[in-house]
Amino acid sequence: MSGGELADLPRLPPVPEPPPVRTIGLAAWLRANLFSSWMSSLVTILVGLVVAYVGLLVVQWVINARWEVVTENLRLFLMGQYPIEHAWRIWLALAGLSLLTGLTAASAGGPTRALATWLAAGQAMLGLLMLDSPMGTVAALATMANAGLLWLAFVVALRRPVPSRALGFAWLVYVPAALFVLHGMGGTPLDVVPARFWGGLLLTFMLAIAGIVLSFPFGVLLALGRRSDMRLISGMSTTFIEVVRGVPLITILFMASILLPLFLPGDLRIDAVLRAIGGITIFSAAYVAENVRGGLQAIPSGQIEAANAIGLNAFQRNLYIVLPQALRSVIPANVGLFISLLKDTTLVFIAGGGLLELLGIGRSVLAQPAFFGTHLEVYVFISAVFFVLCYAMSQASYRLEAAMGVGTR
Amino acid sequence: MLRAVAQLAALGLVLLFAAWLLLNLGDNMRQSRLSFGFGFLNSTAGFDIGETLFAYSATDTYLRAFLVGLANTLLVSLLGIILATILGVITGVARLSKNWLVNKIAAGYVELMRNTPLLVQLVLIYAVMIQLPSVANSIALPGSIFLNQRGLSMPRPVTEPGFGIWLAVVLVAVGVALAAHIVAGRREDAGRSPGRLRLAGLLMVVLAAIGGGIVVGGPIGLDVPEQQRFNFVGGLTISPELTALLFGLVIYTAAFIGEVVRGGIQAVRRGQIEAASSIGLTDMQTLRMIVFPQALRIIVPPLTSQYLNLAKNSSLAIAVGFADLFSVSRTMANQTGNPISVIVLVMATYLVISLVTSLLMNIYNRRVQVLER
Repeated sequence: MSGGELADLPRLPPVPEPPPVRTIGLAAWLRANLFSSWMSSLVTILVGLVVAYVGLLVVQWVINARWEVVTENLRLFLMGQYPIEHAWRIWLALAGLSLLTGLTAASAGGPTRALATWLAAGQAMLGLLMLDSPMGTVAALATMANAGLLWLAFVVALRRPVPSRALGFAWLVYVPAALFVLHGMGGTPLDVVPARFWGGLLLTFMLAIAGIVLSFPFGVLLALGRRSDMRLISGMSTTFIEVVRGVPLITILFMASILLPLFLPGDLRIDAVLRAIGGITIFSAAYVAENVRGGLQAIPSGQIEAANAIGLNAFQRNLYIVLPQALRSVIPANVGLFISLLKDTTLVFIAGGGLLELLGIGRSVLAQPAFFGTHLEVYVFISAVFFVLCYAMSQASYRLEAAMGVGTR
Repeated sequence: MLRAVAQLAALGLVLLFAAWLLLNLGDNMRQSRLSFGFGFLNSTAGFDIGETLFAYSATDTYLRAFLVGLANTLLVSLLGIILATILGVITGVARLSKNWLVNKIAAGYVELMRNTPLLVQLVLIYAVMIQLPSVANSIALPGSIFLNQRGLSMPRPVTEPGFGIWLAVVLVAVGVALAAHIVAGRREDAGRSPGRLRLAGLLMVVLAAIGGGIVVGGPIGLDVPEQQRFNFVGGLTISPELTALLFGLVIYTAAFIGEVVRGGIQAVRRGQIEAASSIGLTDMQTLRMIVFPQALRIIVPPLTSQYLNLAKNSSLAIAVGFADLFSVSRTMANQTGNPISVIVLVMATYLVISLVTSLLMNIYNRRVQVLER
């Protein structure tokens, strides 16, 4: 084999290749995402013009809006008629929340970090708003100090993570403790602040948190009841779930606020806040039950047979085998449900009963002659508050789904 | 044995609790002179309703007032479902757009709607509606549509002489086209080419509608609203209340439907689309015969619950002052001193609406599901 054969072939002149299409840089990004075809370019230009025009109008409105309706009434929006001399209790409860959230975010990581970021940012923003309101510098500093506390707890716990059992216990203690601090009790140094003085964001939070905490166990029981092979129990659970899901929330709240007193003995008076919480809980539990039922159905029958085979009774089987698996898989769906629940708390003000949560406070502020015609400012502010809260929850839920590998395992 | 006892015990507890509630109710009703029963439905209502689909005055009975409310709820739900589906499909497709701007705008719209309460949106829209210019300075939209603080005025289609004949011709054409569609489907099932049967059918309907229209001489006319000093004469005017409610319900529900549609389309596997193009289907055929049926199968159940939500959310009408079922019933409950019967009636009615909607959607769902062997 002589070495020269290949070398003897006539060499072809090099073919000039077209320059490679740029795949990085601004121009390439624009071409790929905004101007990929003439149709796409046309759409981009038309939509872009409309967006620019609308954006301009919005910016103009935001600059010229009478935001003093929000800043002047900021206290009402945040805590309603909660007596000013007791306002420190709210900051105390908030400090506990910040501390625990910071510790949890650092130790547990994942979705709780998104929530912690939003909580800290929200408090910092509120503090800035307060600087411009009659609530004054002290309140503003207290709120911003809360954001700082959250950050501090986060940094400390990053170094020394708190064990998850301790965290769970701390949260379990926190919820009733915060309720006690806010509501107070006769015979203790903390005077009672009746729930009718609660309002604004404080009441919205109260309704939502109580609704979430109560409707979850109730919903799990209903789901187990519906799946039970005992006919009577499953029939009663199914009827309850389907009736509640078939009617609007407003009819249930109306019943709870106007009709419930008729069903109770004359001397038993239930507070309007508790009645609203009851209505929200009943409504939400039916939806939780349907979510949980989905999780129960997804459990392979082998798990149940195995539990039976090792001699667990029905109670043990549910507690140790079925529920842990079922609940795990429906947590993201339930987060979505709790976002709706938070939004649905606005309905209590049209159901009657005189409860002034965030939207109700907004309406009463609008009734002041000084702020006549500031509907848009008030409603946009309320929407913004809800948006921040719900968006934070939904972001946390996305991360939770990713962390739990829903749909990938 | 133990199980039977447990069940009976549970039932007994529930019954005991119910009996306790009812006993209290009896006491309380006797004390506050409330009554139970549906006799009040035949007495005079005595309140006016702003917007009604059929004749109603304050001298009519409560039953008629209730029916007016029910008709209004059904109207809002039906219109809302149709409009929200259209906007929702557009949103879902826009969320899948490769155009970054379109994609992000759709995403922003969905997030904004999903993360703020519907009730706040409704009162916000209503506040905007009543701050609109007066009738004299109406905002004119293309197609003789006018928007002002008195509501939305638009042309109303009216039948002209000859409408009956034209309608008959068009209906026959539609019938023939449907037959062609069925024959084409049979041919496809049998593995043969459907030919251009569907196109021919479609053309025939269009021809019948246009040709018939020309022959008859304009079967449908438009009653265009005319601007007077204080209001519009002629045309169709929708009150600001109904406009705000419908608009709010539609843009809210459409965001949710958009996500449902996006999820459904994304769930169709790429392999399906690749397989379709490898056996030589055109893009249109792929969409119609491969992607759409499979996406629909995923979309229908969550879509049903969005429709149910819309119907139930229409009860928020009371916040913008539109006289729907709940709003009318609340007035009735206050006036008649018979709140229990009224709320029972309202809840039963909403239950029936929900049940009928799910029944219809279940029938449709069964039709789009795969037959599994």
